[in-house]
Amino acid sequence: MNPKISFKDVSRTFDVAGRPIFKALDRFSLDIEDGEFITVVGPSGCGKSTAMNIAAGLLQPSSGQVVVDGVEVKGPGPERGVIFQQYALFPWLTVRENVEFGLRLQNIPKQKRREIADHFIDLVGLKDFAHALPKMLSGGMKQRCAIARAYAVNPKILLMDEPFGALDALTRVQLQDQLLQTWSKERRTVMFITHDVDEAVYLANRVVVMAARPGRLDRIIDVGLPYPRTEEIRLSPEFATLRNEVWRAVYHPAAAA
Amino acid sequence: MSEAATEPLPQAGAVKSSWRFNSMIGLNIVALVFGLGFWQLVTSLGVVGLPTPVQVFNQAIASISSGLLVSDALASLARVLTGFILGIAVAVPVGFLMGWYPTARGLIEPYIQFFRTIPPLAIIPLAIVTMGIGEVPKIFVIFLAAFLTSVVATFQGVISVDRTLINAARVLGARDATIFRRVVIPASTPFIMVGVRIGLGSSWATVVAAELIAAQSGLGFRMQQGQLYYDLPVIFVSLITIGILGLIMDRIVIAADRRLTAWQEKA
Ligand SMILES: Nc1ncnc2c1ncn2[C@@H]1O[C@H](COP(=O)(O)OP(=O)(O)OP(=O)(O)O)[C@@H](O)[C@H]1O
Ligand SMILES: [Mg+2]
Repeated sequence: MNPKISFKDVSRTFDVAGRPIFKALDRFSLDIEDGEFITVVGPSGCGKSTAMNIAAGLLQPSSGQVVVDGVEVKGPGPERGVIFQQYALFPWLTVRENVEFGLRLQNIPKQKRREIADHFIDLVGLKDFAHALPKMLSGGMKQRCAIARAYAVNPKILLMDEPFGALDALTRVQLQDQLLQTWSKERRTVMFITHDVDEAVYLANRVVVMAARPGRLDRIIDVGLPYPRTEEIRLSPEFATLRNEVWRAVYHPAAAA
Repeated sequence: MSEAATEPLPQAGAVKSSWRFNSMIGLNIVALVFGLGFWQLVTSLGVVGLPTPVQVFNQAIASISSGLLVSDALASLARVLTGFILGIAVAVPVGFLMGWYPTARGLIEPYIQFFRTIPPLAIIPLAIVTMGIGEVPKIFVIFLAAFLTSVVATFQGVISVDRTLINAARVLGARDATIFRRVVIPASTPFIMVGVRIGLGSSWATVVAAELIAAQSGLGFRMQQGQLYYDLPVIFVSLITIGILGLIMDRIVIAADRRLTAWQEKA
């Protein structure tokens, strides 16, 4: 089977005046299978967001390419949903209007749009806040609204850049479980960036560890724990072993090739 | 995820702020009464050679009943609103153009930066010489005042639109035209409203000055007449009217701003 997303020798440099050309991402190659949940961890500045933005079509690679469903990525597309760390809700729109934003662009009739939006608003537990503006929501609620907005256009791929980074531990765990639930129901392909080693292991089929200077792939760790993931799994010795392995990989990367 | 409903909404200190509001109004009234009393005191004692509040009040009644005050105020308002609305109507698209297309910015910005350093009032002599003494030069100068403040504000608004919001729209399938309409315009509204408010203030300041120099009607013209005939109450009535009208217009803009940008997170 062909991979759903394929990074092929993707490099990206940044040319900042007065500094040597900076390799944010160096010959990054990775195949993500259809329906797979990949998490990406690595130190700050190792190119995680750069890699994701290139896959999202928001950033051009300096060389190499990202191929989605056999087609080279040239720009953003509705089959690739993106969830940003900073929520990126439109502050002048209500929760429902935010969720409907993408549907509107597809010229879905009002009635149908309503239905779809309400379904996803309900799914993320924001039913009572459908008419609220983002400023009235807590951080966790904003992130859930962003998730509903991304889900609503039914993307086959979800690209998530540290979506739970700013949340408290409890909200975070709840959102993780909810994400896994919907993922196992609707089998999307997910690329999920995080700083949190626990989160990386808990969610993933495979954990991609990156290293910095230059930003590159360090290694890929197979998780191999069964789904649904439960608290029991989170507290199991197998989980601890994997977490230690990822931890060591992040803090002791192999030397750059 | 049904625990959502139990998350509390941030509660504004509604009771406390309404108390604060009422006591503020109270203090305002006290200050007003004191001010009037002081004015009455110093003028009736002859400390300064100014009219008393009562004289000014009587003049106001006289001006209103003769219809002069209303026609003056209308003349000034008509000039301000025409110039101001024209100024905003041109400034907003030009500001958007500058913010959106770097080429447009490069071409237009030097002129705007240059003309911004010239007070609109300084243009009056030129405007009178080239456009005569009719309505056109006055409206032009007001137009300039409103345009220059609003164009910069709009431009600032466009260039400070959060990139992630634009990206969020793009990944949901929005193209440039949609991004402009659905993201850039609403996101820059708060900036534009700041420009509108400042623009209205400077239009109002400009109209009075323009009328002082060359006009046959308007509040500025009336003050000029008062100066000519040493009629201090007339000058006072005009001044107070200018103040009150300016205040009312500013309040209207503030109310519009509140409505249009209620979505903003205020710290
Ligand atoms: N537009 C840009 N101009 C210049 N340098 C950039 C730009 N974007 C990213 N970089 C640099 O590229 C490197 C990788 O950035 P990137 O955002 O991908 O890191 P990251 O792994 O996502 O880090 P974090 O975990 O802190 O989000 C960083 O060193 C950053 O300074
Ligand atoms: Mg990042």
